[in-house]
Amino acid sequence: MSDTPRAAGDPELTTYRDVQLSPDFSELRRRFRRFVFPMTGLFLAWYFLYVLLADYAPGFMSHRIGGNINVALIMGLGQFVSTFAITLLYVRWADQKFDPDAKHLRDQIEGETK
Amino acid sequence: MSAPLLLPMATTVGDPKVNIAIFALFVVFTLAIVIRASRNNKSAADFYAGGRSFTGPQNGVAIAGDYLSAASFLGIAGAIALNGYDGFLYSIGFLVAWLVALLLVAELLRNTGRFTMADVLSFRLKQRPVRMAAAISTLGVCFFYLLAQMAGAGGLVALLLGIDNRAGQSLVIAVVGIIMITYVLVGGMKGTTWVQIVKAVLLVIGAGIMTLWVLAKYTFNLSSLLGAAVDRSPAAGEKLLNPGLQYGATGISKLDFISLGLALVLGTAGLPHVLMRFYTVPNSREARRSVTWAIWIIGIFYLFTLVLGYGAAALVGPDAIRAAPGKANSAAPLLAYELGGEILLGVISAVAFATILAVVAGLTITASASFAHDIYGQVIKKGQVSGDGEVRVARITVLVIGAVAIVGGIFANGQNIAFLVALAFAVAASANLPTILYSLFWRRFNTRGALWSIYGGLGSAIILIAFSPVVSGKVDKKTGASLSMITDTNIDFSWFPLDNPGIVSIPLAFVLGIIGTLTSKEGTNVDKFAEMEVRSLTGAGAEKAVQH
Repeated sequence: MSDTPRAAGDPELTTYRDVQLSPDFSELRRRFRRFVFPMTGLFLAWYFLYVLLADYAPGFMSHRIGGNINVALIMGLGQFVSTFAITLLYVRWADQKFDPDAKHLRDQIEGETK
Repeated sequence: MSAPLLLPMATTVGDPKVNIAIFALFVVFTLAIVIRASRNNKSAADFYAGGRSFTGPQNGVAIAGDYLSAASFLGIAGAIALNGYDGFLYSIGFLVAWLVALLLVAELLRNTGRFTMADVLSFRLKQRPVRMAAAISTLGVCFFYLLAQMAGAGGLVALLLGIDNRAGQSLVIAVVGIIMITYVLVGGMKGTTWVQIVKAVLLVIGAGIMTLWVLAKYTFNLSSLLGAAVDRSPAAGEKLLNPGLQYGATGISKLDFISLGLALVLGTAGLPHVLMRFYTVPNSREARRSVTWAIWIIGIFYLFTLVLGYGAAALVGPDAIRAAPGKANSAAPLLAYELGGEILLGVISAVAFATILAVVAGLTITASASFAHDIYGQVIKKGQVSGDGEVRVARITVLVIGAVAIVGGIFANGQNIAFLVALAFAVAASANLPTILYSLFWRRFNTRGALWSIYGGLGSAIILIAFSPVVSGKVDKKTGASLSMITDTNIDFSWFPLDNPGIVSIPLAFVLGIIGTLTSKEGTNVDKFAEMEVRSLTGAGAEKAVQH
């Protein structure tokens, strides 16, 4: 973890540009992107896989699993499950891992650059 | 469990007096809330952003209220009842799309903007041209969305009040428009938000009761509900449960399905009225909480629509739905009548009306804010105008937009509204989303890239819609009747084969953003980009809540 506490009112952080170039901010941005971009790729890939299967593989999607329940319905409901799961994961990550560091930087900036 | 009621084949369902009484009750109740909420409306931040004082959960419910439009309720239920599984794509696309908003847009936008989407887009680029472009595309998206809602109002009225002549329906559309204008003028964003909240709660409860009722009829066995829907739909039969009933016919229609899927999933995070809701909370953490709440409510609601759609197919039957005045849009109200008689029909219809009213109010305030704040305040007056002056212009704009909505709704009357909303999503995904993402995440992005992407996306989406079968030249092969907006089958100027332009216009807008940026000599405004990036991630310097 890079978020070693720094003395408040760091004299080097006088502009947004200084903050942007600081190692703390780079680390914050890197962590944000490392969580958010792969997650976005993941859910979009899963969504388009579903759309393409429904479109071009209706035979497979129409396969009955039990009663009148078919693969298409299960995969459709799977989209709901994955959406809820990603929401929960993101919120937990953001609340616990991201917010404290963002707040730490914000306090430094609002104390100093204004 | 009672035996299914016989469905009256007359054009009126239920008792119009009951319907009107329940609806009037809702209007009076919400108007009282709006007046109460508006007592503290003083500044521009109050009018546009409700003083930024809503909590995350409140705003989340309001977002759900804004998003679960008549399209979601009436349109999707109807699409599933008639087209079976293909209608379910709307539910899924509309929900998954929220992840784009949650992960990439909501918090960063809250941290950098003030009132409108254009605040963020023009943050580090040339103010006036970018703001103008963003405002124009905001107005464009709002217009399509308004059209869909007002069209729904017309169909619903036809069903409930037994008014099947165009003039009578048009009059009711005008009344809906006038009530909506009153809400927005009196209540501003705060009043509008409370209307959304009340409406969202009513809608979810109403749809929930109907869902449980339908399931109870089939002893909570989804499989037997699906079986009953198949039995009642001899024309579609088994295909009702499989993908492809609506879109599987030809190679072109399969492409249309992808196009729709693309527009749905990328549209939400570019919808200006949804984006503006993020400014009604005090900070990015509350913005995150509001999206989370919205996702849960919206997801659960869309699960209801699956049951309601197949329930309408099973209990009302596709023939009765097609014969009803509002066609597919009347599936849900007909189902309510089938289940609970005229009282449930009255309640559900009032909720559907309230839905239209609330969404139209949300769209109107967004469009008026965009005109007054972006075009009038920043482009024409170059920021040299007081908040009061802006709000005065915003109020006048509300009147103009209300009039446009009424006229547009009269024209679009009768179209499937889920489908019309999908067009609005395509326009939003093409015109807005690329520029939002580029300006947040791409350092090199510049003014020309933004302008090419916004105007290119907006223009291509609208041109392709204008020359698509939606507007002219779509004919029902069996009956010979027109399925387009221009109902004269002799007029056919369509050359774009797809109904939804997304598959062309969205990638085009992304590519134009790249080409525009790379061909421009304008360098990155390093300081503004630093400010935007630092603010968006840390929340430093973000607009604070108004203290009263």
